[in-house]
Amino acid sequence: MESGPTTNTLDVLRIRGDFPILRRETRPGVPLVYLDNAATSQKPIQVIEAMDTYYRSYNSNVHRGIHTLSEEATRAYEEARRKIGEFIGAGSWQEIVFTRNATEAINLVAYSWGRSKLQSGERVLLTELEHHANIVPWQILADERGIELDFVPVLDDGTLDMQAFKQLLEREPKLVSFAHMSNVLGTINPVREMTELAHAAGALVLIDAAQSVPHMPVNVTDIDADFFAFSGHKMLGPTGIGVLYAKKALLQEMPPFMGGGDMIRRVELTGFVANEIPYKFEAGTPAIAEAIGFGFAVDYLNALGMDNVHAHEQELVAYAMDRLEEVPGLTLYGPTAEGRGGVTSFTLKEAHPHDVAQILDEYGVAVRAGHHCAMPIHERFGLPATTRASYYIYNTAEEVDQLILALYKVKEIFS
Amino acid sequence: MDDLYREVIIDRYKNPRMRGELNPHDYSYHDDNPLCGDEIQIDLRVDDENRVTEATFTGHGCAISMASADLLVESIVGKDLDQIKALSKEDILELLGIELGPVRLKCALLSLKVLKAGVYGLETLEEELH
Repeated sequence: MESGPTTNTLDVLRIRGDFPILRRETRPGVPLVYLDNAATSQKPIQVIEAMDTYYRSYNSNVHRGIHTLSEEATRAYEEARRKIGEFIGAGSWQEIVFTRNATEAINLVAYSWGRSKLQSGERVLLTELEHHANIVPWQILADERGIELDFVPVLDDGTLDMQAFKQLLEREPKLVSFAHMSNVLGTINPVREMTELAHAAGALVLIDAAQSVPHMPVNVTDIDADFFAFSGHKMLGPTGIGVLYAKKALLQEMPPFMGGGDMIRRVELTGFVANEIPYKFEAGTPAIAEAIGFGFAVDYLNALGMDNVHAHEQELVAYAMDRLEEVPGLTLYGPTAEGRGGVTSFTLKEAHPHDVAQILDEYGVAVRAGHHCAMPIHERFGLPATTRASYYIYNTAEEVDQLILALYKVKEIFS
Repeated sequence: MDDLYREVIIDRYKNPRMRGELNPHDYSYHDDNPLCGDEIQIDLRVDDENRVTEATFTGHGCAISMASADLLVESIVGKDLDQIKALSKEDILELLGIELGPVRLKCALLSLKVLKAGVYGLETLEEELH
Protein backbone atom coordinates (compact mmCIF):
# COMPACT_ATOMS: atom_id res chain seq x y z
CA MET A 1 0.00 0.00 0.00
CA GLU A 2 0.96 3.63 -0.39
CA SER A 3 1.88 5.46 2.75
CA GLY A 4 -1.29 7.30 3.77
CA PRO A 5 -3.27 8.22 6.84
CA THR A 6 -5.92 5.58 6.27
CA THR A 7 -6.09 2.17 4.71
CA ASN A 8 -8.70 1.41 2.12
CA THR A 9 -11.07 -0.11 4.61
CA LEU A 10 -11.19 2.04 7.76
CA ASP A 11 -11.40 5.78 8.29
CA VAL A 12 -8.48 5.73 10.68
CA LEU A 13 -8.39 9.48 11.27
CA ARG A 14 -11.97 9.47 12.48
CA ILE A 15 -11.29 6.39 14.62
CA ARG A 16 -8.25 8.04 16.18
CA GLY A 17 -10.45 10.93 17.26
CA ASP A 18 -12.31 8.50 19.55
CA PHE A 19 -9.16 7.55 21.47
CA PRO A 20 -8.11 10.34 23.84
CA ILE A 21 -4.83 8.60 24.73
CA LEU A 22 -3.63 8.77 21.12
CA ARG A 23 -3.43 12.55 21.43
CA ARG A 24 -0.79 12.40 24.14
CA GLU A 25 2.94 12.77 23.76
CA THR A 26 5.30 10.40 25.53
CA ARG A 27 7.69 13.32 26.03
CA PRO A 28 7.58 16.90 24.77
CA GLY A 29 7.21 16.91 21.01
CA VAL A 30 7.13 13.11 20.70
CA PRO A 31 3.66 11.74 19.89
CA LEU A 32 2.69 8.28 21.06
CA VAL A 33 2.93 5.53 18.45
CA TYR A 34 1.15 2.67 20.17
CA LEU A 35 2.22 -0.67 18.70
CA ASP A 36 1.68 -2.91 21.73
CA ASN A 37 -1.87 -3.96 20.92
CA ALA A 38 -1.31 -7.67 21.38
CA ALA A 39 -0.60 -6.86 25.05
CA THR A 40 -3.61 -4.59 25.46
CA SER A 41 -5.58 -2.23 23.25
CA GLN A 42 -6.43 1.40 23.91
CA LYS A 43 -9.99 2.37 24.84
CA PRO A 44 -12.35 4.62 22.88
CA ILE A 45 -14.24 7.39 24.63
CA GLN A 46 -17.49 5.43 24.16
CA VAL A 47 -16.19 2.66 26.44
CA ILE A 48 -14.69 5.03 29.00
CA GLU A 49 -17.93 7.03 29.16
CA ALA A 50 -20.13 3.94 29.46
CA MET A 51 -18.22 2.88 32.57
CA ASP A 52 -18.22 6.41 33.91
CA THR A 53 -21.98 6.67 33.42
CA TYR A 54 -22.53 3.45 35.34
CA TYR A 55 -20.59 4.78 38.33
CA ARG A 56 -22.14 8.25 38.13
CA SER A 57 -25.76 7.33 37.61
CA TYR A 58 -26.74 3.71 38.34
CA ASN A 59 -23.95 2.08 40.33
CA SER A 60 -25.41 -0.82 42.31
CA ASN A 61 -25.11 -4.58 42.60
CA VAL A 62 -26.65 -6.92 40.03
CA HIS A 63 -29.19 -9.74 40.42
CA ARG A 64 -29.98 -8.68 44.00
CA GLY A 65 -31.78 -5.42 44.59
CA ILE A 66 -35.39 -4.73 43.75
CA HIS A 67 -34.65 -1.03 43.52
CA THR A 68 -34.35 1.01 40.33
CA LEU A 69 -30.58 1.25 40.31
CA SER A 70 -30.09 -2.49 40.67
CA GLU A 71 -32.57 -3.17 37.91
CA GLU A 72 -30.77 -0.77 35.61
CA ALA A 73 -27.38 -2.26 36.47
CA THR A 74 -28.66 -5.81 35.99
CA ARG A 75 -30.18 -4.90 32.65
CA ALA A 76 -26.94 -3.26 31.43
CA TYR A 77 -24.81 -6.16 32.67
CA GLU A 78 -27.01 -8.76 30.98
CA GLU A 79 -27.29 -6.64 27.83
CA ALA A 80 -23.48 -6.72 27.62
CA ARG A 81 -23.55 -10.51 27.91
CA ARG A 82 -26.11 -10.75 25.12
CA LYS A 83 -24.12 -8.43 22.83
CA ILE A 84 -20.88 -10.28 23.40
CA GLY A 85 -22.60 -13.62 22.79
CA GLU A 86 -23.99 -12.38 19.50
CA PHE A 87 -20.62 -10.93 18.54
CA ILE A 88 -19.03 -14.39 18.59
CA GLY A 89 -22.08 -16.22 17.23
CA ALA A 90 -22.99 -18.07 20.43
CA GLY A 91 -26.27 -19.95 20.37
CA SER A 92 -27.43 -18.55 23.72
CA TRP A 93 -26.54 -15.89 26.29
CA GLN A 94 -26.34 -18.73 28.80
CA GLU A 95 -23.17 -19.92 27.09
CA ILE A 96 -21.34 -16.69 27.98
CA VAL A 97 -19.59 -16.86 31.37
CA PHE A 98 -17.92 -13.65 32.53
CA THR A 99 -14.41 -14.17 33.87
CA ARG A 100 -11.54 -11.80 34.64
CA ASN A 101 -9.80 -12.53 31.33
CA ALA A 102 -8.94 -15.32 28.89
CA THR A 103 -6.46 -16.75 31.39
CA GLU A 104 -9.16 -17.18 34.01
CA ALA A 105 -11.49 -18.67 31.40
CA ILE A 106 -8.93 -21.36 30.53
CA ASN A 107 -8.26 -21.99 34.21
CA LEU A 108 -12.00 -22.36 34.76
CA VAL A 109 -12.08 -25.17 32.19
CA ALA A 110 -8.98 -26.81 33.67
CA TYR A 111 -10.29 -26.65 37.24
CA SER A 112 -13.94 -27.44 36.66
CA TRP A 113 -14.10 -29.65 33.55
CA GLY A 114 -10.55 -30.98 33.85
CA ARG A 115 -10.76 -31.96 37.49
CA SER A 116 -14.12 -33.65 37.14
CA LYS A 117 -13.60 -35.37 33.80
CA LEU A 118 -9.92 -36.25 33.37
CA GLN A 119 -8.39 -39.36 34.85
CA SER A 120 -4.73 -40.21 35.37
CA GLY A 121 -3.09 -41.22 32.10
CA GLU A 122 -5.60 -39.39 29.90
CA ARG A 123 -4.18 -36.87 27.47
CA VAL A 124 -4.55 -33.20 26.62
CA LEU A 125 -3.10 -31.99 23.31
CA LEU A 126 -1.63 -28.46 23.16
CA THR A 127 0.71 -26.77 20.68
CA GLU A 128 4.22 -25.32 20.88
CA LEU A 129 3.00 -21.82 20.13
CA GLU A 130 0.71 -21.43 23.14
CA HIS A 131 0.72 -18.51 25.53
CA HIS A 132 1.62 -19.59 29.07
CA ALA A 133 -2.09 -19.19 29.93
CA ASN A 134 -2.81 -22.27 27.83
CA ILE A 135 0.12 -24.32 29.10
CA VAL A 136 0.47 -23.81 32.84
CA PRO A 137 -3.13 -24.65 33.87
CA TRP A 138 -2.67 -28.03 32.16
CA GLN A 139 0.75 -28.56 33.73
CA ILE A 140 -0.82 -27.93 37.15
CA LEU A 141 -3.49 -30.49 36.31
CA ALA A 142 -0.82 -32.91 35.07
CA ASP A 143 1.00 -32.62 38.41
CA GLU A 144 -2.21 -33.00 40.37
CA ARG A 145 -4.03 -35.64 38.33
CA GLY A 146 -1.34 -37.41 36.34
CA ILE A 147 -2.78 -36.42 32.97
CA GLU A 148 -0.37 -36.47 30.02
CA LEU A 149 0.36 -33.48 27.78
CA ASP A 150 1.36 -33.55 24.12
CA PHE A 151 2.40 -30.57 21.99
CA VAL A 152 1.90 -30.07 18.26
CA PRO A 153 5.26 -28.89 16.85
CA VAL A 154 5.64 -25.65 14.93
CA LEU A 155 7.30 -25.63 11.50
CA ASP A 156 10.05 -23.19 10.54
CA ASP A 157 7.53 -20.93 8.81
CA GLY A 158 5.65 -20.49 12.08
CA THR A 159 2.68 -22.67 11.15
CA LEU A 160 1.59 -25.80 12.99
CA ASP A 161 2.79 -29.18 11.74
CA MET A 162 -0.62 -30.51 10.70
CA GLN A 163 0.79 -33.94 9.88
CA ALA A 164 2.08 -34.24 13.44
CA PHE A 165 -1.26 -32.91 14.72
CA LYS A 166 -3.07 -35.78 13.01
CA GLN A 167 -0.61 -38.29 14.44
CA LEU A 168 -0.93 -36.91 17.96
CA LEU A 169 -4.71 -37.20 17.68
CA GLU A 170 -4.20 -40.94 17.34
CA ARG A 171 -3.18 -40.94 21.01
CA GLU A 172 -6.86 -40.10 21.67
CA PRO A 173 -6.62 -36.92 23.73
CA LYS A 174 -9.74 -35.96 25.69
CA LEU A 175 -9.16 -32.30 24.96
CA VAL A 176 -7.31 -30.35 22.26
CA SER A 177 -6.55 -26.81 23.40
CA PHE A 178 -4.87 -24.29 21.12
CA ALA A 179 -4.54 -20.63 20.23
CA HIS A 180 -6.64 -19.29 17.37
CA MET A 181 -3.78 -16.87 16.69
CA SER A 182 -0.22 -16.86 18.03
CA ASN A 183 0.58 -13.79 20.13
CA VAL A 184 4.24 -14.00 19.03
CA LEU A 185 4.29 -15.14 15.40
CA GLY A 186 0.85 -13.89 14.45
CA THR A 187 0.07 -17.28 12.90
CA ILE A 188 -3.65 -17.78 12.35
CA ASN A 189 -4.33 -21.46 12.92
CA PRO A 190 -6.88 -23.35 10.80
CA VAL A 191 -9.29 -23.64 13.71
CA ARG A 192 -12.19 -25.09 11.81
CA GLU A 193 -10.15 -27.88 10.27
CA MET A 194 -8.41 -28.59 13.57
CA THR A 195 -11.69 -28.69 15.46
CA GLU A 196 -13.19 -31.07 12.93
CA LEU A 197 -10.19 -33.40 13.16
CA ALA A 198 -10.19 -33.25 16.96
CA HIS A 199 -13.91 -34.03 17.15
CA ALA A 200 -13.46 -36.93 14.75
CA ALA A 201 -10.80 -38.27 17.13
CA GLY A 202 -13.23 -37.99 20.04
CA ALA A 203 -11.71 -34.93 21.73
CA LEU A 204 -13.33 -31.74 22.93
CA VAL A 205 -11.81 -28.47 21.72
CA LEU A 206 -10.82 -25.36 23.66
CA ILE A 207 -9.75 -22.34 21.60
CA ASP A 208 -7.69 -19.56 23.16
CA ALA A 209 -9.10 -16.70 21.13
CA ALA A 210 -7.49 -13.84 23.04
CA GLN A 211 -5.65 -12.69 19.91
CA SER A 212 -8.30 -13.49 17.30
CA VAL A 213 -11.66 -12.18 18.54
CA PRO A 214 -10.37 -8.57 18.68
CA HIS A 215 -9.10 -8.67 15.11
CA MET A 216 -11.26 -10.80 12.81
CA PRO A 217 -14.79 -12.11 12.42
CA VAL A 218 -15.25 -15.29 14.46
CA ASN A 219 -18.23 -17.53 14.88
CA VAL A 220 -18.03 -20.17 17.58
CA THR A 221 -20.99 -22.04 16.15
CA ASP A 222 -19.36 -22.27 12.70
CA ILE A 223 -16.06 -23.33 14.23
CA ASP A 224 -17.97 -25.75 16.49
CA ALA A 225 -15.73 -24.88 19.46
CA ASP A 226 -16.61 -26.55 22.73
CA PHE A 227 -14.80 -23.96 24.85
CA PHE A 228 -13.68 -20.54 23.67
CA ALA A 229 -11.77 -17.99 25.77
CA PHE A 230 -11.02 -14.30 25.24
CA SER A 231 -10.37 -11.01 27.07
CA GLY A 232 -12.10 -7.65 26.89
CA HIS A 233 -9.03 -5.47 27.28
CA LYS A 234 -7.43 -6.60 24.01
CA MET A 235 -10.54 -5.49 22.07
CA LEU A 236 -11.12 -1.90 23.20
CA GLY A 237 -12.71 -2.96 26.51
CA PRO A 238 -11.43 -2.50 30.05
CA THR A 239 -9.13 -4.83 31.97
CA GLY A 240 -10.64 -7.27 34.47
CA ILE A 241 -13.32 -8.71 32.19
CA GLY A 242 -13.14 -11.72 29.89
CA VAL A 243 -15.36 -14.48 28.65
CA LEU A 244 -15.53 -18.23 28.64
CA TYR A 245 -17.92 -19.43 25.97
CA ALA A 246 -18.85 -23.10 26.34
CA LYS A 247 -21.58 -25.24 24.88
CA LYS A 248 -24.62 -25.34 27.13
CA ALA A 249 -24.54 -29.08 27.73
CA LEU A 250 -20.93 -28.88 28.91
CA LEU A 251 -21.57 -25.98 31.28
CA GLN A 252 -24.56 -27.79 32.74
CA GLU A 253 -22.47 -30.86 33.52
CA MET A 254 -19.50 -28.98 34.96
CA PRO A 255 -19.18 -28.39 38.70
CA PRO A 256 -18.80 -24.78 39.96
CA PHE A 257 -15.36 -23.22 39.78
CA MET A 258 -15.62 -20.94 42.81
CA GLY A 259 -18.18 -20.82 45.58
CA GLY A 260 -19.98 -17.77 46.91
CA GLY A 261 -22.85 -15.42 46.22
CA ASP A 262 -24.68 -15.37 42.89
CA MET A 263 -23.52 -18.86 41.93
CA ILE A 264 -26.05 -20.60 44.20
CA ARG A 265 -29.75 -21.25 44.07
CA ARG A 266 -30.06 -22.31 47.71
CA VAL A 267 -27.66 -22.76 50.61
CA GLU A 268 -28.21 -24.79 53.75
CA LEU A 269 -25.65 -25.53 56.43
CA THR A 270 -25.32 -29.03 55.06
CA GLY A 271 -24.84 -28.08 51.42
CA PHE A 272 -25.85 -25.97 48.45
CA VAL A 273 -27.68 -26.15 45.17
CA ALA A 274 -25.86 -24.42 42.32
CA ASN A 275 -27.52 -21.70 40.29
CA GLU A 276 -28.34 -22.05 36.60
CA ILE A 277 -25.75 -21.43 33.93
CA PRO A 278 -23.98 -19.12 33.42
CA TYR A 279 -24.39 -17.79 36.99
CA LYS A 280 -23.13 -21.07 38.44
CA PHE A 281 -19.65 -19.92 37.34
CA GLU A 282 -19.90 -16.29 38.45
CA ALA A 283 -19.34 -16.32 42.20
CA GLY A 284 -19.33 -13.00 44.01
CA THR A 285 -20.09 -9.52 42.74
CA PRO A 286 -18.84 -9.46 39.16
CA ALA A 287 -16.93 -6.72 37.33
CA ILE A 288 -20.12 -4.81 36.47
CA ALA A 289 -18.69 -1.60 35.04
CA GLU A 290 -16.16 -3.63 33.09
CA ALA A 291 -18.80 -5.92 31.59
CA ILE A 292 -20.81 -2.87 30.53
CA GLY A 293 -17.67 -1.29 29.04
CA PHE A 294 -16.90 -4.53 27.21
CA GLY A 295 -20.40 -4.44 25.71
CA PHE A 296 -19.76 -0.93 24.37
CA ALA A 297 -16.41 -2.08 22.95
CA VAL A 298 -18.28 -4.75 21.00
CA ASP A 299 -20.72 -2.10 19.76
CA TYR A 300 -17.77 -0.06 18.56
CA LEU A 301 -16.24 -2.99 16.67
CA ASN A 302 -19.61 -3.95 15.20
CA ALA A 303 -20.04 -0.43 13.86
CA LEU A 304 -16.68 -0.73 12.07
CA GLY A 305 -17.40 -4.25 10.88
CA MET A 306 -15.00 -7.05 11.76
CA ASP A 307 -14.33 -7.80 8.09
CA ASN A 308 -13.08 -4.23 7.74
CA VAL A 309 -11.03 -4.46 10.92
CA HIS A 310 -9.35 -7.59 9.62
CA ALA A 311 -8.77 -6.14 6.15
CA HIS A 312 -7.22 -2.99 7.64
CA GLU A 313 -4.82 -5.02 9.76
CA GLN A 314 -3.91 -7.31 6.87
CA GLU A 315 -3.04 -4.27 4.79
CA LEU A 316 -1.04 -2.71 7.60
CA VAL A 317 0.84 -5.88 8.56
CA ALA A 318 1.77 -6.53 4.92
CA TYR A 319 3.15 -2.99 4.71
CA ALA A 320 4.97 -3.39 8.05
CA MET A 321 6.53 -6.69 6.95
CA ASP A 322 7.79 -5.14 3.71
CA ARG A 323 9.32 -2.22 5.57
CA LEU A 324 10.82 -4.38 8.35
CA GLU A 325 12.40 -6.76 5.86
CA GLU A 326 14.22 -3.80 4.29
CA VAL A 327 16.10 -3.15 7.55
CA PRO A 328 19.55 -4.79 7.33
CA GLY A 329 20.24 -7.25 10.13
CA LEU A 330 16.57 -7.63 11.04
CA THR A 331 15.03 -11.10 11.21
CA LEU A 332 11.26 -11.40 11.16
CA TYR A 333 9.59 -14.56 12.52
CA GLY A 334 6.35 -16.20 11.53
CA PRO A 335 4.29 -16.88 8.42
CA THR A 336 3.61 -14.73 5.34
CA ALA A 337 1.24 -11.77 5.61
CA GLU A 338 -1.69 -13.82 4.28
CA GLY A 339 -1.42 -16.34 7.12
CA ARG A 340 -0.99 -13.94 10.00
CA GLY A 341 -2.77 -11.33 12.05
CA GLY A 342 -1.43 -7.92 13.03
CA VAL A 343 1.67 -9.08 14.88
CA THR A 344 5.33 -8.77 13.83
CA SER A 345 8.03 -10.18 16.12
CA PHE A 346 11.65 -9.70 15.15
CA THR A 347 15.24 -9.54 16.29
CA LEU A 348 17.88 -7.05 15.28
CA LYS A 349 21.43 -8.32 14.86
CA GLU A 350 23.06 -5.37 16.65
CA ALA A 351 20.96 -5.03 19.75
CA HIS A 352 19.06 -6.99 22.38
CA PRO A 353 15.24 -6.68 22.22
CA HIS A 354 15.20 -4.72 25.50
CA ASP A 355 17.60 -2.16 24.13
CA VAL A 356 15.59 -1.97 20.91
CA ALA A 357 12.37 -1.33 22.83
CA GLN A 358 14.05 1.24 25.05
CA ILE A 359 15.36 3.25 22.13
CA LEU A 360 12.07 2.95 20.21
CA ASP A 361 10.41 4.45 23.28
CA GLU A 362 12.58 7.54 22.86
CA TYR A 363 10.84 7.98 19.51
CA GLY A 364 7.41 7.49 21.03
CA VAL A 365 7.08 3.95 19.67
CA ALA A 366 5.60 1.55 22.26
CA VAL A 367 6.42 -2.10 21.54
CA ARG A 368 6.93 -5.15 23.69
CA ALA A 369 10.28 -6.84 24.26
CA GLY A 370 10.80 -10.20 25.89
CA HIS A 371 9.18 -13.60 25.49
CA HIS A 372 5.58 -12.29 25.49
CA CYS A 373 4.45 -14.98 27.96
CA ALA A 374 5.31 -17.65 25.40
CA MET A 375 8.72 -19.05 26.33
CA PRO A 376 8.35 -22.43 24.55
CA ILE A 377 7.90 -20.88 21.10
CA HIS A 378 10.97 -18.68 21.68
CA GLU A 379 12.87 -21.81 22.71
CA ARG A 380 11.64 -23.47 19.51
CA PHE A 381 13.34 -20.76 17.45
CA GLY A 382 16.39 -20.61 19.75
CA LEU A 383 15.63 -17.06 20.89
CA PRO A 384 15.80 -15.69 24.42
CA ALA A 385 13.57 -12.78 23.42
CA THR A 386 12.09 -10.83 20.52
CA THR A 387 10.75 -7.33 19.93
CA ARG A 388 7.08 -7.32 18.98
CA ALA A 389 5.12 -4.62 17.20
CA SER A 390 1.39 -5.31 17.02
CA TYR A 391 -1.28 -3.31 15.24
CA TYR A 392 -4.91 -2.35 15.59
CA ILE A 393 -7.69 -0.28 14.07
CA TYR A 394 -6.15 3.10 14.91
CA ASN A 395 -2.65 2.41 13.58
CA THR A 396 -1.42 3.99 10.36
CA ALA A 397 1.27 3.42 7.77
CA GLU A 398 2.97 6.59 9.08
CA GLU A 399 3.30 4.93 12.45
CA VAL A 400 4.97 1.94 10.81
CA ASP A 401 7.32 4.45 9.15
CA GLN A 402 8.13 5.92 12.57
CA LEU A 403 8.91 2.39 13.84
CA ILE A 404 11.29 1.87 10.93
CA LEU A 405 12.96 5.24 11.45
CA ALA A 406 13.49 4.44 15.13
CA LEU A 407 14.95 1.03 14.24
CA TYR A 408 17.56 2.78 12.10
CA LYS A 409 18.37 4.96 15.15
CA VAL A 410 18.95 1.77 17.16
CA LYS A 411 21.36 0.58 14.50
CA GLU A 412 23.15 3.93 14.58
CA ILE A 413 23.61 3.83 18.35
CA PHE A 414 24.85 0.25 18.30
CA SER A 415 26.99 0.53 15.17
CA MET B 1 18.55 7.75 25.71
CA ASP B 2 21.72 9.71 25.26
CA ASP B 3 22.00 9.15 28.99
CA LEU B 4 20.96 5.53 29.03
CA TYR B 5 23.09 4.50 26.10
CA ARG B 6 26.19 6.43 27.14
CA GLU B 7 29.32 5.68 25.21
CA VAL B 8 30.72 3.66 28.09
CA ILE B 9 27.71 1.33 28.06
CA ILE B 10 27.77 0.72 24.31
CA ASP B 11 31.57 0.30 24.47
CA ARG B 12 31.42 -2.22 27.32
CA TYR B 13 28.60 -4.08 25.57
CA LYS B 14 30.49 -4.38 22.31
CA ASN B 15 34.01 -4.75 23.72
CA PRO B 16 33.77 -6.32 27.15
CA ARG B 17 37.04 -6.38 29.09
CA MET B 18 36.17 -9.08 31.61
CA ARG B 19 34.47 -11.72 29.51
CA GLY B 20 35.67 -15.29 29.98
CA GLU B 21 35.66 -18.31 32.26
CA LEU B 22 38.09 -19.35 34.98
CA ASN B 23 38.94 -23.03 35.34
CA PRO B 24 39.67 -23.84 38.06
CA HIS B 25 37.92 -21.17 40.11
CA ASP B 26 37.14 -20.65 43.77
CA TYR B 27 33.69 -19.24 43.22
CA SER B 28 31.29 -19.61 40.32
CA TYR B 29 27.63 -18.86 40.09
CA HIS B 30 25.09 -18.70 37.29
CA ASP B 31 21.63 -17.17 37.22
CA ASP B 32 19.15 -15.81 34.73
CA ASN B 33 16.34 -13.32 34.47
CA PRO B 34 13.68 -15.37 32.69
CA LEU B 35 11.61 -12.25 32.08
CA CYS B 36 14.10 -11.00 29.50
CA GLY B 37 16.16 -14.13 28.90
CA ASP B 38 19.35 -12.58 30.31
CA GLU B 39 21.91 -15.03 31.67
CA ILE B 40 25.10 -14.34 33.59
CA GLN B 41 27.82 -16.51 35.08
CA ILE B 42 30.59 -15.04 37.20
CA ASP B 43 33.81 -16.92 38.10
CA LEU B 44 36.23 -15.78 40.81
CA ARG B 45 39.65 -16.73 42.12
CA VAL B 46 40.62 -15.49 45.57
CA ASP B 47 43.87 -15.50 47.56
CA ASP B 48 44.44 -16.72 51.13
CA GLU B 49 42.93 -13.54 52.52
CA ASN B 50 39.74 -13.94 50.47
CA ARG B 51 40.80 -11.15 48.17
CA VAL B 52 39.71 -11.45 44.53
CA THR B 53 42.72 -11.99 42.28
CA GLU B 54 40.87 -12.77 39.06
CA ALA B 55 37.27 -12.41 37.94
CA THR B 56 35.39 -13.05 34.71
CA PHE B 57 31.84 -13.28 33.45
CA THR B 58 29.99 -14.97 30.61
CA GLY B 59 26.41 -14.67 29.49
CA HIS B 60 24.07 -12.83 27.20
CA GLY B 61 21.56 -10.07 27.55
CA CYS B 62 20.83 -6.45 26.83
CA ALA B 63 23.44 -3.70 26.74
CA ILE B 64 22.54 -2.55 30.25
CA SER B 65 22.97 -6.00 31.83
CA MET B 66 26.17 -6.84 29.94
CA ALA B 67 27.83 -3.45 30.53
CA SER B 68 26.86 -3.64 34.18
CA ALA B 69 28.37 -7.13 34.50
CA ASP B 70 31.60 -6.06 32.81
CA LEU B 71 32.00 -2.96 34.99
CA LEU B 72 31.08 -4.82 38.18
CA VAL B 73 33.47 -7.71 37.56
CA GLU B 74 36.26 -5.28 36.76
CA SER B 75 35.59 -3.31 39.94
CA ILE B 76 35.85 -6.29 42.31
CA VAL B 77 39.38 -7.37 41.44
CA GLY B 78 41.42 -6.59 44.57
CA LYS B 79 38.36 -6.44 46.84
CA ASP B 80 37.78 -9.01 49.59
CA LEU B 81 34.57 -10.95 50.04
CA ASP B 82 33.27 -8.71 52.81
CA GLN B 83 33.61 -5.72 50.53
CA ILE B 84 31.74 -7.60 47.81
CA LYS B 85 28.92 -8.41 50.20
CA ALA B 86 28.64 -4.72 51.04
CA LEU B 87 28.09 -3.74 47.38
CA SER B 88 24.70 -2.17 46.75
CA LYS B 89 22.38 -1.05 43.99
CA GLU B 90 23.87 2.44 44.26
CA ASP B 91 27.35 1.11 43.52
CA ILE B 92 26.10 -0.42 40.27
CA LEU B 93 24.29 2.76 39.23
CA GLU B 94 27.44 4.71 40.01
CA LEU B 95 29.50 2.39 37.81
CA LEU B 96 27.00 2.78 34.98
CA GLY B 97 26.58 6.49 35.58
CA ILE B 98 22.85 6.47 34.78
CA GLU B 99 19.43 6.53 36.40
CA LEU B 100 17.19 3.54 35.67
CA GLY B 101 13.46 2.87 35.94
CA PRO B 102 12.17 -0.21 37.78
CA VAL B 103 12.11 -2.47 34.72
CA ARG B 104 15.64 -1.79 33.50
CA LEU B 105 17.00 -1.80 37.05
CA LYS B 106 16.52 -5.58 37.02
CA CYS B 107 18.81 -5.78 33.98
CA ALA B 108 21.46 -3.71 35.68
CA LEU B 109 21.32 -5.64 38.95
CA LEU B 110 21.41 -9.21 37.60
CA SER B 111 25.22 -9.35 37.76
CA LEU B 112 25.25 -8.12 41.36
CA LYS B 113 22.66 -10.74 42.26
CA VAL B 114 24.77 -13.47 40.65
CA LEU B 115 27.93 -12.25 42.35
CA LYS B 116 26.36 -12.06 45.79
CA ALA B 117 24.57 -15.40 45.46
CA GLY B 118 27.88 -16.99 44.51
CA VAL B 119 29.80 -15.44 47.36
CA TYR B 120 27.16 -16.02 50.03
CA GLY B 121 26.19 -19.46 48.77
CA LEU B 122 29.67 -20.92 48.80
CA GLU B 123 30.69 -19.35 52.07
CA THR B 124 27.62 -20.78 53.74
CA LEU B 125 28.58 -24.11 52.27
CA GLU B 126 32.13 -23.77 53.61
CA GLU B 127 30.81 -22.95 57.06
CA GLU B 128 28.77 -26.10 56.97
CA LEU B 129 31.84 -28.12 56.03
CA HIS B 130 33.94 -26.79 58.92
